[in-house]
Amino acid sequence: MATGDTVLRVRELRTEFRGDRGHVRVLDNVSFDVGRGRIVGLVGESGSGKSMTALSLMGLTPKPQSHVSARSIELDGVELTALGADGLRRIRGRDIAMVFQEPMTSLNPVRKVGDQVGEPLAVHKGLTRRQIRARVLEMFELVGIPEPKARLDAYPHELSGGLRQRAMIAMGLICEPKLLIADEPTTALDVTTQAQILRLMRELRDRVGTSIIMITHDLGIIAEMCDEVNVMYAGQIVEQADVFDLFERPSHPYTRGLLASIPKSTEKRIGRRMPSIPGRVPDLARLPVGCRFSPRCGDVISVCRQEEPALAGLAEGHFARCWVHAPQAATAGGRDAS
Amino acid sequence: MSLTSEMTALAPDVIEETSFLRDALRAFRKNRMAMVGLFFVVTLILAAVFAPWISPHDPYRVALDEQLLPASSTYWLGTDNFGRDILTRILYGARVSLVVGTVPSLIALMIGTVMGILSGYLGGRTDFVVMRLADMMISFPSLLLAMVVMYTLGANLLNIFIALALVGWASVARVVRSQTLALKGKEFIEAARANGASRATIMFRHIFPNVVPTLIVLFSLSIPDAIMWESSLSFLGVGVQPPGSSWGLLVAKGKEYLFQAPLVAIAPGVAILLTVLAFNFIGDGLRDALDPSMKD
Repeated sequence: MATGDTVLRVRELRTEFRGDRGHVRVLDNVSFDVGRGRIVGLVGESGSGKSMTALSLMGLTPKPQSHVSARSIELDGVELTALGADGLRRIRGRDIAMVFQEPMTSLNPVRKVGDQVGEPLAVHKGLTRRQIRARVLEMFELVGIPEPKARLDAYPHELSGGLRQRAMIAMGLICEPKLLIADEPTTALDVTTQAQILRLMRELRDRVGTSIIMITHDLGIIAEMCDEVNVMYAGQIVEQADVFDLFERPSHPYTRGLLASIPKSTEKRIGRRMPSIPGRVPDLARLPVGCRFSPRCGDVISVCRQEEPALAGLAEGHFARCWVHAPQAATAGGRDAS
Repeated sequence: MSLTSEMTALAPDVIEETSFLRDALRAFRKNRMAMVGLFFVVTLILAAVFAPWISPHDPYRVALDEQLLPASSTYWLGTDNFGRDILTRILYGARVSLVVGTVPSLIALMIGTVMGILSGYLGGRTDFVVMRLADMMISFPSLLLAMVVMYTLGANLLNIFIALALVGWASVARVVRSQTLALKGKEFIEAARANGASRATIMFRHIFPNVVPTLIVLFSLSIPDAIMWESSLSFLGVGVQPPGSSWGLLVAKGKEYLFQAPLVAIAPGVAILLTVLAFNFIGDGLRDALDPSMKD
C-alpha cells in the first residue's frame, strides 16, 4: 500500500482482557493502514473486534482489566505507543475523533448541544467561549443542521436522531482531526436518515480531508462508502482488500459467506431460506486449534484444524488468512509443508 | 479547505445566549406550589432578618404576672411560662432555625458531592478509603457523634454547623457515588473521553450536572432534618442555650405546659411544619425546573 501518504499505520495490535477465566485475547495481530483522505472499512459480526480495534487505538479500553500492546501505531508520523496516558488524551478529539453508534445516548442529556459539540475546542485549543460558539455555529451549518443558531442552546432530547448524529459528526470534526473513527454511525437511524448521514460523511471527507475508519456490519455501507476493507473475524483481520477486489474476488470463505448472505432483489427465491453462515462466532477464551473459522468453514482441509494461517498476499493490496484460498507457503515462511 | 478560518468574523450579537439557569427559572415560575413555598420562605427570611423592628415585644422581657396567657390582641399567640410573647420568640427563633437548617446542609452537601463523585469515578483505593470513612460515620450513632462534638468543642452555633455537617456528608456521598457509578458507564461519558476531556472535566462538567437534581431533593429534605437535629441538641442542652431561642427549643420547653397553654408548644411546631412544607415545595419545583427532559 502507499506508504508515502499514510495517516494511520497499525502493526501487530494486540488487546487482552484479564478476567476470571484467565487472559482473553480479543485482538490478535491486527495490522492495517489508512491512507490520507481514504475511507477504510472494518466489517464483521458482533464480537469480531471491530469496536475494540477503535477503542484500542484511542486508548479507551476499560482500564484495569485490559492491556493493549502493538509493535507500532503511527498517526501521521507520531508513534502513539510511545505516548503516555496524558499524551493519548491530548491526541483524542484533536487528531483522532470518534462518532458513536447511539446518538441518543452519546450526548449528555443535561448539557446544551452547542456546549458539548464545542468541548473538543475547549479542551484542546483554549479558545474563548464566544469563539467556540462561533465555530460550533459554523460546524452546524457545515453538517446541515437547520436553524443552527437555535440549536446551539437546545438540549439533546429536543433534536431528532438524525440531527443528533449530525451534531456528533460536527463534534468529531470540529478540531479537523486527521482521522475520524465512525463506529456504526447509522445503525440506530432509519434508512432515509442513514443515507443522508453517509452522504454527509463522504462530502465532509472531500471538503475537510479527514480520513475515516468506518466500522459496520453492513456490507451495503462498505460498498457505498469505503475505499479499502478489512474483514474481521474473532479478533483477527481475515481479509484485506480494495473495495472492488473484495466484492469481485472475495477469497476468504468467511467473506464469501457474508457476501452470500446479502439478500438480492433480482433472485427469485420465494419460499427459500436466506443463505447464512452455519454456527456462531467462537468464544475468544476457547478458540479452536488452527484456523479460527475452520469449525464453520465449508472448504476446510486437514491443515486448517492444525495450524493457524497467516495473512497472505493474493494480489497487489489483497490479503487473506486462509490455507485453501491464499498462497500460504510463500508468506508463512514454509512453516508447514503439508 | 480549512475550517478554522474567518471564525471571528461573525457578529457577536448573532449568537445570543440563553443560560441553563434562565431556562430553569422560567420553568420554576410556572410552578404554583413552588412559588407559594418560595413566597413563604422569603417572607420568613425577611421576618427573621427584621425581627428586632417588626416584632411587637421584647423577646427577653420576663413578666411573671403574665405567664401562659392565651392568644389576645396584645399577645397574638399568647405568652410562655416567663410571660414572654410567643410570636416574638418565634420570629427570633426563626433566625437560628433557618441558619441551622440551611448552612450545615449546604456544607454536608458540598463535602458529600465532591467525595461521592471522586469515589465513584476514580474507584480503586480512593473509593475504598472514602466509602469506609462514610461507613464509619453512618454506623456510629449520629446523635451521639453530634453530642460528642458539641461537648468537646463547646455549645455554640459554629459547632452545631460542624457537628451536623459531619453527620450529614456520608449519606450524601453514598447517593452521589451510586449515581456516579451509573453515569460512568453511559456513552456520553465515553464520548467525552474520546474528546480528550480530562478526568476533572468529566467529573465536574459531565457528571456533576447530572447529579444536581438529586442534590436539590436531598437539600430540601435535609433542611427539616437539620432543624430537627438542632432541636434535639438544644433539648439535650448542648445546642442553643437559653435565653436564646430556636423553634426546636421552644417546642421542647413548651411541651411541659401542653395542657395549660397548648400554643406555647404548638405555635413553634406549626412554624416548623410550614417551613418544612415550603422547602419541600421549593425542592420539588427546582427539581422539575432543572430537569431538561421536563422542559416544555
